[in-house]
Amino acid sequence: MSKEELLTAMAESVIEGEMERAAELARRALEEGMDPLEAIEQGYARGIREVGERFARGEYFLPHLAMGAEAMKAAMAVLEPELARRQKERITLGRVVIGTVAGDIHEIGKTLVATMLSASGFAVTDLGVDVPTRRFVEAVREERPQILGLSALLTTTMLVQREVIAALREAGLRDQVKVMVGGAPVTQAWADEIGADGYAEDAIGAVRRARQLLGLA
Amino acid sequence: MAAIQLRLLSEEDVRRVLEEAYALLEEPGVRVYDQEALEMLEGAGAWVDGETRTAHIPAQMVDRALETVPRSFYLYDLQGRPAVHYGGGDVHFDPGSAAIYILDHGSIRSRKPVTADLVALLKLADVLKELDAVSTALVCADVPREVSDLYRLYLALRVTSKPIVTGAFAIETWETMYRLLVTVAGSEEALAAKPRAIFDVCPSPPLLWSEITCRNLVDCARHSVPAEFVSMPLAGATGPATLAGSVVQHAAECLSGIVIGQLANPGAPLVWGGSPAAFDMRTGTPPMGAIETMMIDMAYAQVGKYLGLPTHAYMGMSDAKVVDAQVGLESALGTLLAALGGINMVSGAGMLDFESCQSLEKLVIDHEIIAMVRRFLRGIDTSEPSLGLEIIRQVGHRGNFLVTQHTRRHFQKELYLPSPVIDRDFRQAWEDKGGLDVSARAHQRALELIAVHQPPALPDEVLAELEEITLQAGRPYGLEYLPAWYG
Repeated sequence: MSKEELLTAMAESVIEGEMERAAELARRALEEGMDPLEAIEQGYARGIREVGERFARGEYFLPHLAMGAEAMKAAMAVLEPELARRQKERITLGRVVIGTVAGDIHEIGKTLVATMLSASGFAVTDLGVDVPTRRFVEAVREERPQILGLSALLTTTMLVQREVIAALREAGLRDQVKVMVGGAPVTQAWADEIGADGYAEDAIGAVRRARQLLGLA
Repeated sequence: MAAIQLRLLSEEDVRRVLEEAYALLEEPGVRVYDQEALEMLEGAGAWVDGETRTAHIPAQMVDRALETVPRSFYLYDLQGRPAVHYGGGDVHFDPGSAAIYILDHGSIRSRKPVTADLVALLKLADVLKELDAVSTALVCADVPREVSDLYRLYLALRVTSKPIVTGAFAIETWETMYRLLVTVAGSEEALAAKPRAIFDVCPSPPLLWSEITCRNLVDCARHSVPAEFVSMPLAGATGPATLAGSVVQHAAECLSGIVIGQLANPGAPLVWGGSPAAFDMRTGTPPMGAIETMMIDMAYAQVGKYLGLPTHAYMGMSDAKVVDAQVGLESALGTLLAALGGINMVSGAGMLDFESCQSLEKLVIDHEIIAMVRRFLRGIDTSEPSLGLEIIRQVGHRGNFLVTQHTRRHFQKELYLPSPVIDRDFRQAWEDKGGLDVSARAHQRALELIAVHQPPALPDEVLAELEEITLQAGRPYGLEYLPAWYG
């Protein structure tokens, strides 16, 4: 397989949502001495962008998006140790910390957004689900992300999004970070009400909004 | 998976309906205003009272006709592919036929349609893939009334590729319509072998065949052109107030039609169809959206199926005047029930206001209803060796089914994903798209679909002949030229 073919196969593994194939291609790339950054940018990320475009056109659906994201993650897991060894960092659009708020264990939407952001060139730290409010505050203080993403699926837990923003303010960190909120019950009106900086309807929209917030649009 | 079907009558009920219908054909018999048909009936053993033009038809004649009438036949598209199967439990849909008004989007007043309206509707029906046939759905007011029936067929043949549900309004025009069909088919034999169109023939309730409809029936039968009976007792007005009584009258009218058709040509394809209605005792209107109307439809179709015959019904219509919530509820009820009854051809999509008014927007909405109903008919797939055990175990607690191959493999088969006519957006997205209601969304979609339609490529000489036949028929009534219809 030529380098071009390998990169195309990587993109296709994401488009087809084949996690094992994506990881296997990543291992092969490393064996052949390919620059992991190139594998990400010219291979997998190209695939995830295609998935995003097909989704936007209505040809792809949530399972395609989610599985594309999973395939990309599987490849990243293989490539990241080598990236660290070479002491290289992806040149990123910005740093994002993301998580589902306390009391809420819903993962799918948050993970989709995280992966699409990552695939689009953001450095994403995913804190997981049921993340205590103080943990968000700590992460903002320590990692100094440009964007904090707060996910909530329930009308009860979306109230926690307001709490996190209040806690950031209390800690004097509110001005350092743009806060994006999302989740099924969340609307632009809710985002405005609680003083969040950004909201989007879906993962594709979240990437667009994140770029806007950083003045990249 | 269980076969999905709904029956309102017991088998014993059906037998009683038929028994009474047979008895009605003997006494009081049927009135037949076509002399030739009356003579055929008399020649075959009916006792005919020439004065009142009444034929008293004995049971053996009915039984004989039922032996020769086909249990199954197809309508074909322009390319000669079988596209509609009349028979068995197959369910098909076409737009409601012969509306004399059209409702413009945003208007509360309907108006008389013109050529451009029927062309737009035909294009839309040709593109909407859940519609198995088109129909001559509008009566255009910009051509002389005397040729308005054949003019609809002329347009349908030019604009669409699908099978056509149509009908003649006069005796002479039937012949012209037949010639139009033959012109496209290539020859009489080709048309008989692969019929493209079916003609609605309507007995007049109670128990009467007018000269026009009887003639149309005989002409269809003689040329092996399929015909479907549109028997329409109005329960409590032109038929008994009881639903069962109306079903009996419907059966008698259809049976008499089968006798006449089979006498004209044994083996001629005929369909057990109708458009009965409840009668609204407050307003005196025939509500097509009444649940009782649908119940009569379901019951008569069951009687037809008991006899093993192809079936048809006018269902999935609404009596609302604009595309509102009543439209949705009545059309959805009727469409679902028709499908559950296994009715072979369900005519009604797009129709409002007691079968008098067509709406492109309603047609688009009905298309979504039909798609959902078709999904329902496919039922729940239990063919996998493991229904859920395997995949649920594999995913485990707090797992995400969204990222499994199992989901990717199945979701598109399991889910009908509607067009944007059906709103499933989060509120914010819906607002961002303009906060449009279903009627406005349907209007947008109708315009989009009409714009992408491609008319069939008919040979120049066929087009010229279609035009000539149509003009020739219209000239005596002042039709000097055919209205422009194509950009």
